[in-house]
Amino acid sequence: MPTLNDILILLPEFYLVGAACVLLLADAFMRPAQRPWLHWISIAVLLVAIYLVIAGQPPQAVTAFGGMFVRDDVAEILKVFALGTTAMVFVYARPYLIDRKLVSGEFYTLMIFAVLGIMLLVSAGNLVTVYLGLELLSLSSYALVALNRDAKLPPEAAIKYFVLGALASGMLLYGMSMVYGASGMGGTPTLDLAQLHNVMSYTTAPTLLLFGLVFMVVGVGFKLGAAPFHMWIPDVYQGAPTPVTTFIASGSKLAAFGMAYRLLDAGMGDLSQHWQLMLAVLAVVSLAIGNLVAIVQTNLKRMLAYSTISHMGYLLLGLSAAGPEGYAAAMFYAICYALMGVAAFGVMLALTRAGFECEEIADLKGLNQKSPWMAFLMLLAMFSLAGVPPLFGFWAKVLVLEAAIHANMLWLAIVGIVFAIIGLYYYLYVVKVMYFDEPVAGSELRVQPDKPLRMVLSLNALSLLVLGLYWGPLLGWCRRAFGL
Amino acid sequence: MISLAHYIVLGAVLFCIAVAGMFINRKNVIVLLMSIELMLLAVNMNFVAFSRFLGDVAGQVFVFFILTVAAAEAAIGLAILVLLFRTRSTINIADIDSMKG
Repeated sequence: MPTLNDILILLPEFYLVGAACVLLLADAFMRPAQRPWLHWISIAVLLVAIYLVIAGQPPQAVTAFGGMFVRDDVAEILKVFALGTTAMVFVYARPYLIDRKLVSGEFYTLMIFAVLGIMLLVSAGNLVTVYLGLELLSLSSYALVALNRDAKLPPEAAIKYFVLGALASGMLLYGMSMVYGASGMGGTPTLDLAQLHNVMSYTTAPTLLLFGLVFMVVGVGFKLGAAPFHMWIPDVYQGAPTPVTTFIASGSKLAAFGMAYRLLDAGMGDLSQHWQLMLAVLAVVSLAIGNLVAIVQTNLKRMLAYSTISHMGYLLLGLSAAGPEGYAAAMFYAICYALMGVAAFGVMLALTRAGFECEEIADLKGLNQKSPWMAFLMLLAMFSLAGVPPLFGFWAKVLVLEAAIHANMLWLAIVGIVFAIIGLYYYLYVVKVMYFDEPVAGSELRVQPDKPLRMVLSLNALSLLVLGLYWGPLLGWCRRAFGL
Repeated sequence: MISLAHYIVLGAVLFCIAVAGMFINRKNVIVLLMSIELMLLAVNMNFVAFSRFLGDVAGQVFVFFILTVAAAEAAIGLAILVLLFRTRSTINIADIDSMKG
């Protein structure tokens, strides 16, 4: 029976379920004139959730509902940043949604349900919870991608995302069924991640277990968007409404890291020598495909999509080190990427207006003359994505490379450095277009006058600089979560 | 006597048919949705077989969750399909190619 204590451990999640349902009802009964309030209420809902996560954090890791749900520091950090970046997405999305007449309860409710999926996923202690959290996140994301119903691209992006996402879930589930079976051969069958940890030591069907592991790694690779399972990323980034793209580039990536950590370390930690090499191969392929294909892109969203693929390569570099140091570095990287992604897409949202979609790299021509501040914020985001010192992205890269070297994978670190240098090209190209190209005659490039957007975006981009100079506390937080 | 291995092979065959249906199919998005359902059913077959033969109910409970989510997934998939048909009057896979690169 669930006790009161179980419910208290899941308080932030229960609260979000309730809040999302109330928002949905409020939307149905509100008069159109009151609808703009939904925006501020949703942001408040997320901020309260951050407070509940931090304030209710138990001193030690606790589990609820018989081990289904784990509340530890790893989950706390990922939840705080997932909620925080989603609140930023809400702030950045407002002018975009108003201009395109998309302001509706659906956007806010679906986003909150997606964040709830992230929170369940990163706290999962059981294969069932992993699956349910993942599907809550994915199903909400499919619907969000198709939010702009009447445009040509969103439904196409949504159907591609849906089909490939469902394929990934199918693979993951098939792997889970194999692992479940293997755990029952020679022992008690279990779906609990903590109990699955030492299945390898007693199972009489190790082949079945490894078979399941391969399928699970494929599923995780799909969700991270690591090559060769990256086909959906460019089309979804380009086709989705920009605020949704921003969410997929930030919160979803934190979730993907959390899922990989729960499944591979908490669940399959005993098999680390087997999955280490699989992740290393995924990392190299992602770095190569992401960085090389990004060079030829002319669409900024598509370029950032390929850049995501390469960043997931770096994240996998940290994960494949398969130790607390590697996980801490990978989590630091995921947080860093989420903040950079939100900043880069935030600038695009700030420049997009009714009838003018700032999507092509060429659209940014001469941005420095039109708005030096926006150009500077984009410069910070691009330099941080490229990993130029002393920005945040540089330290994140250094840490994952260091973790790979300490795990005796020097070759992997060298590949990472080579592709970081190749990657510089396309980030610097954006900076060149902003600073050294003349604006196109009659260009409609103008910054949204929305004050909250400008303020939060400035803070967001400047935080990349500040965290690049004072990265110690955040790293310390990440390392403590993994017991370092 | 039908053994556990028979059920696992049946599950594997269904899974392969589903994956093949996704990759070979070049005509219709609805076939893709059917393949997705078949894939989840193959997984369910595995879970139920393991659960029955290993004497543990957790696997069958998982199957209930998978069935429920599959229903929600089908609903969203069909909704997206309707949007797709409305915006371009076709559900032929070969025509869904406005984004490339």
